[in-house]
Amino acid sequence: MSEQGANRNAEKGREDIHKAASHDGMDEARREFLRNIAAAGVISLGGGLTLLTMGGGEALAKKPEEPLDPKKRWGMLIDTTKCSDGCQKCVDACKQENGWEAEPNSPHDVQWIRKVNVKDPATGFMMSLPVMCQHCANPPCVDVCPTGASMQRADGIVRVNMHICIGCRYCMMACPYKARSFVHEDIPEEEKRFHAPMGKGCVTSCDFCAHRIDVGKIPACAEACPEGAMLFGDLNDPNSELSKRLREIPTYRIREDLGTDNGIRYTRLP
Amino acid sequence: MKKRFHYEYLQASVGYYTALIGMGVLALIGVAAAYYMEHHGHVVTGMTNEIVWGMPHVFAVFLIIAASGVLNVASIGTVFGKTPYKPLGRLSAVMAAAVLAGGLMILVLDLGRPDRLIVAMTKYNFKSIFAWNIYLYNGFFAVVLLYLYTQMSQDFRVRRYYTAAGTLAFLWRLILTTGTGSIFGWLVARQPYDLAVFAPMFIALSFSFGLAVFILLMVALMKGDERPLGHGLVNRMGRLLGVFVAAAAYFTVVWWLTDLYAAEHRPMVGYLFFSGNVYSWLYWLGFIGLGTIAPLFLVFSRSARSSVKPVVTASLLTVLGGISLVYFIIIGGQSYPLVLFPGKQVSSTYNDGAFYAYAPSMPEILLGLGGMAVAVAIVLVASKTLRILPTTLADADVDPHLATGEVAQMKKAA
Repeated sequence: MSEQGANRNAEKGREDIHKAASHDGMDEARREFLRNIAAAGVISLGGGLTLLTMGGGEALAKKPEEPLDPKKRWGMLIDTTKCSDGCQKCVDACKQENGWEAEPNSPHDVQWIRKVNVKDPATGFMMSLPVMCQHCANPPCVDVCPTGASMQRADGIVRVNMHICIGCRYCMMACPYKARSFVHEDIPEEEKRFHAPMGKGCVTSCDFCAHRIDVGKIPACAEACPEGAMLFGDLNDPNSELSKRLREIPTYRIREDLGTDNGIRYTRLP
Repeated sequence: MKKRFHYEYLQASVGYYTALIGMGVLALIGVAAAYYMEHHGHVVTGMTNEIVWGMPHVFAVFLIIAASGVLNVASIGTVFGKTPYKPLGRLSAVMAAAVLAGGLMILVLDLGRPDRLIVAMTKYNFKSIFAWNIYLYNGFFAVVLLYLYTQMSQDFRVRRYYTAAGTLAFLWRLILTTGTGSIFGWLVARQPYDLAVFAPMFIALSFSFGLAVFILLMVALMKGDERPLGHGLVNRMGRLLGVFVAAAAYFTVVWWLTDLYAAEHRPMVGYLFFSGNVYSWLYWLGFIGLGTIAPLFLVFSRSARSSVKPVVTASLLTVLGGISLVYFIIIGGQSYPLVLFPGKQVSSTYNDGAFYAYAPSMPEILLGLGGMAVAVAIVLVASKTLRILPTTLADADVDPHLATGEVAQMKKAA
């Protein structure tokens, strides 16, 4: 399949998911249809490597009253070979979706995702990659939180329960990935998003766009990536595109030595 | 024959009320500073997304460490049976609770949401050392009050549990400081922390901070109320302070020596301890120079045998050196960036890879001083309303051996 054709298919897949998500009574047949559409959205990548632009097949809508599925564990594979130095699309999409705005290098602004530029001083090799909450299976932030506000959903998403966060910031001390921010001041009403509450005096971080996942969409960053470098899916489902891809190619996690079992993997790390 | 000590309330004097009002004003300013921080958000402080714990935590952690050490004075009398310390037990217990209360006040008022304190008291994550510390702090108050009750009760059926309560309080304080040290020692992601030595190091620090704080307040109360205070007793406490100060410094040396041995930590040790930045100065000049070596000279000096001044100066320096070290641990430790990619150079719009700057703001300092003032104010009020301060601490009353200079002479002969 040509790359252009694959992109068209991917676009079509996204539109279908959006439409499907708006109807609560989505039956299994339509889910199957979506899986097929998503599977068709394959993009040929350089060097014989292929990734899906989206894992819509895994993120199916659930009704609000339905409990989360503990059999799932959401994760992501980021193809860092596709990630260019100047590209900020994933960051911009996250800002737009979740309503945060950060001045570069501001010590106080909230940041859910950032591009990190890494250079090997011994060789001069340079690369750029997005870093956000790694949605660890053994999250230090959850371990240290005194009230349980820093929590892990049944489907593996790590997030902050804004209602019981007391703002002690111990999770920020414990997170190895600098993934959390403290809301240092009031956020203007017009910037607030209902689905991404950020209250002055509380800690906040990437929640994998849980509000999107729960209605069958994929995280905003993954959807916005023009290179299709972010493959989102269910790590526990051996048949998910993500799991299949992870079986095929070597992948790496940031600070794997810490044993936090990150849900985010990278095709290449510096 | 067992000597019975008499304890009496502080006298109402101009000096007493001046001190109490002064502490009250400082405490109110501290609370006002906290309100200012809460109203505007932490953006008005020097704290950032990198230096998430700032000056309030320096004061709070110093006081919390010191609180458990203040109780040692009582333990030395009760658990270890040292006669000269026995009349100090009541003051020690009250002061320990007061200093802990001051520290906790700072910690709570610095929370992003202090209005949710009830959440911290009702929702516990038992995997969190922070949550365990909440139990340990509350338990400390309970155990210390029980200990005080066994000391002050007129009922012999209660007093007979005095040793048991004192032993429980001593064990509890050891566990409490282990918990405080582990808040840092268990932070696996941060290179400057992540060491088991933090728990025993904090215990050693508590011994020295606590005794120094106790000596300062004890001397102030006794002198302020014009009660006899023996040089022999103060000298003896000063020499013990010397041992504690040396032990605390020993653990900090073990800390950086251990990290220096591991190649991965060498850049961190170089940055914090040997780069000549503000943190290196705080450690070497503040803690080692002023807070360790100077007190050691002072407490073992000849003049310390005939005057309380060298020991009081040594205690003051121990407190200053202690605050320097806590600042070094908390702020310095956070200023070293998290290492996401070992051995690589990193940069981002979120300050990855940078050494983080921090400038303490006035509200933070005022909140910290407010907490200290609350601790002193509680001691002042308690000394005025409870019989906790002995009428005399003259050497002849405390321990006849001290009065005759027997101990000093024996040492000289040896």
